[in-house]
Amino acid sequence: MNEVLSVSDLIVKYGNVEAIHGISLTIDQSELITICGANGAGKSTLLKTIAGLIRPAAGTIQFLDQDIAGKKPEDVHKLGVALVPEAREIFPSLTVAENLRVGVFGQYHAKQYAEDLEDMFTLFPILKTRYQQAGGLLSGGEQQMLAIARGLVSRPQLLMLDEPTLGLSPTYVDQIFDLITHLKQRKITILLVEQNANRAIEISDRAYLIKNGSVEFNGNADEMQSKIDLESIYLGG
Amino acid sequence: MNFNIILEFSINTLALGSLYALISLGLVFVFGIMQLVNFAYGEYIMFSGYLLYFLGVFTNLPWFLVFAISILGGAIIGFLSELVAFRPFRGRSLEALFVSSFAVSLILQNTAVLSVSPRSKAVDLPAIFNEAVQFGEITIPIRNLLTIAVTIILLVGLLVLMKKTPLGIAMRAASENFPAARLMGVPANLVISIAFIISGFLAGVVAIFWSARSGAVEPMMGQGPLLVGFIAVVIGGMYSLTGSVLGGFAYAVLANLLSMFLPNELLSFRDAFMFVIVITFLVIRPQGLIKGTYTEERVG
Ligand SMILES: Nc1ncnc2c1ncn2[C@@H]1O[C@H](COP(=O)(O)OP(=O)(O)OP(=O)(O)O)[C@@H](O)[C@H]1O
Ligand SMILES: [Mg+2]
Repeated sequence: MNEVLSVSDLIVKYGNVEAIHGISLTIDQSELITICGANGAGKSTLLKTIAGLIRPAAGTIQFLDQDIAGKKPEDVHKLGVALVPEAREIFPSLTVAENLRVGVFGQYHAKQYAEDLEDMFTLFPILKTRYQQAGGLLSGGEQQMLAIARGLVSRPQLLMLDEPTLGLSPTYVDQIFDLITHLKQRKITILLVEQNANRAIEISDRAYLIKNGSVEFNGNADEMQSKIDLESIYLGG
Repeated sequence: MNFNIILEFSINTLALGSLYALISLGLVFVFGIMQLVNFAYGEYIMFSGYLLYFLGVFTNLPWFLVFAISILGGAIIGFLSELVAFRPFRGRSLEALFVSSFAVSLILQNTAVLSVSPRSKAVDLPAIFNEAVQFGEITIPIRNLLTIAVTIILLVGLLVLMKKTPLGIAMRAASENFPAARLMGVPANLVISIAFIISGFLAGVVAIFWSARSGAVEPMMGQGPLLVGFIAVVIGGMYSLTGSVLGGFAYAVLANLLSMFLPNELLSFRDAFMFVIVITFLVIRPQGLIKGTYTEERVG
């Protein structure tokens, strides 16, 4: 199998405080990988570092055929990594149309973009209805869909989703899980951080459990579920 | 009060407001992207003013070229100052940028003092800038009509740029949430450079009308517009381009109303009255006229 991403011995610091102490992980083409761990374990830090928002103190991040550790976020995006950030971070005063257009800045091809928009409208009909409305007027769940669509229109080689169900109502949570399952069927390579660990692991190929900035376990769904009591991760176990 | 006075007052206030709107727009373009109050902005105006002076006095270039070069000069000084003085400190601390903008401001002022003169120099603008037109009983300086016309053209141009072009949309995205825009592939260097170029361009336009008002340029001439821009931006809202334009107009209305209605013996306290009103307004509405949607969180 082709390796899309290979993180080796990654160390990330905030000032003098080390948040990630030598994490290694790999993702193959078309794999869906879940990362779980308690609050403050370092999951978002890991994703932000891969995306280029944070420069690692040490380690390598091999993406396809190059080391992207320390590259700028705009360059990492151009190479094919899309991060849908934790707080969604859509642009509230920009319309849905404009939010999506920013997602292909610098790699816009009229025909391809028109196709991708149609595709997004099929996946998320609400985005078509709200196309000319400000992103900030959307509900939380709709904003999450916009954020995911904004990531998808760049046709990423690696899609990273940071807690996409955070704060959403059960209906939206179901929708997001259905969507991720669907994207997996489309063979999109996905790195998912999820607090609904059981559910995420169920649909994943493999999973990593991160604890205090290090990988505690990793394995396929069955191994993970037998090794750990997932509920306890979040109850401080 | 008779109709003519109201009309004359309105047109002149509109002209002053136009100028103030351009000034504050130039300031807010950079602030919106970098959260930096660029103290060197006044010196971009001064730099363009000196270009006007040199080109007007020492060359025989046609006026439209003199203006074009001066405005272009403002855009270039904006672009270069970012490259040399701000880019190296970016991502460190806002304080470093702040100090750097003071340094650029002082260096440009001193350059003008040492290489030209500390004294003011008369600029030789086309005669039309000092003429007036008569509408019935009212007299309007042509300069004021020009200011209004140019401002309308620039506002429409900027509106189209920001709303209709991918670059403008990306810049609005970046000023709402800079890290998120970079995550979507918007290059930080590009949007920041463009913001400084637009800021310098506007400074260049302002320089023409500002020096037309006084008829001269001098090394400290940027300080007045900087203060105007700062107050207008605070009134209008720091995080909104529309707000900064409204702030510029609001400031002009306030200033002209006070000049008109304050009794003569209080006229020299006009600015003090202004500040009292502005501060009172900000106590009631600290976000300014328009709040804008800037995300406080800065990632990484
Ligand atoms: N900007 C920052 N500056 C300093 N420390 C930070 C910063 N961001 C995160 N941290 C710290 O780094 C550690 C990892 O944080 P991170 O946000 O990566 O955790 P997480 O696993 O994503 O948690 P959550 O489930 O709450 O999203 C935490 O101890 C956190 O306090
Ligand atoms: Mg997180």
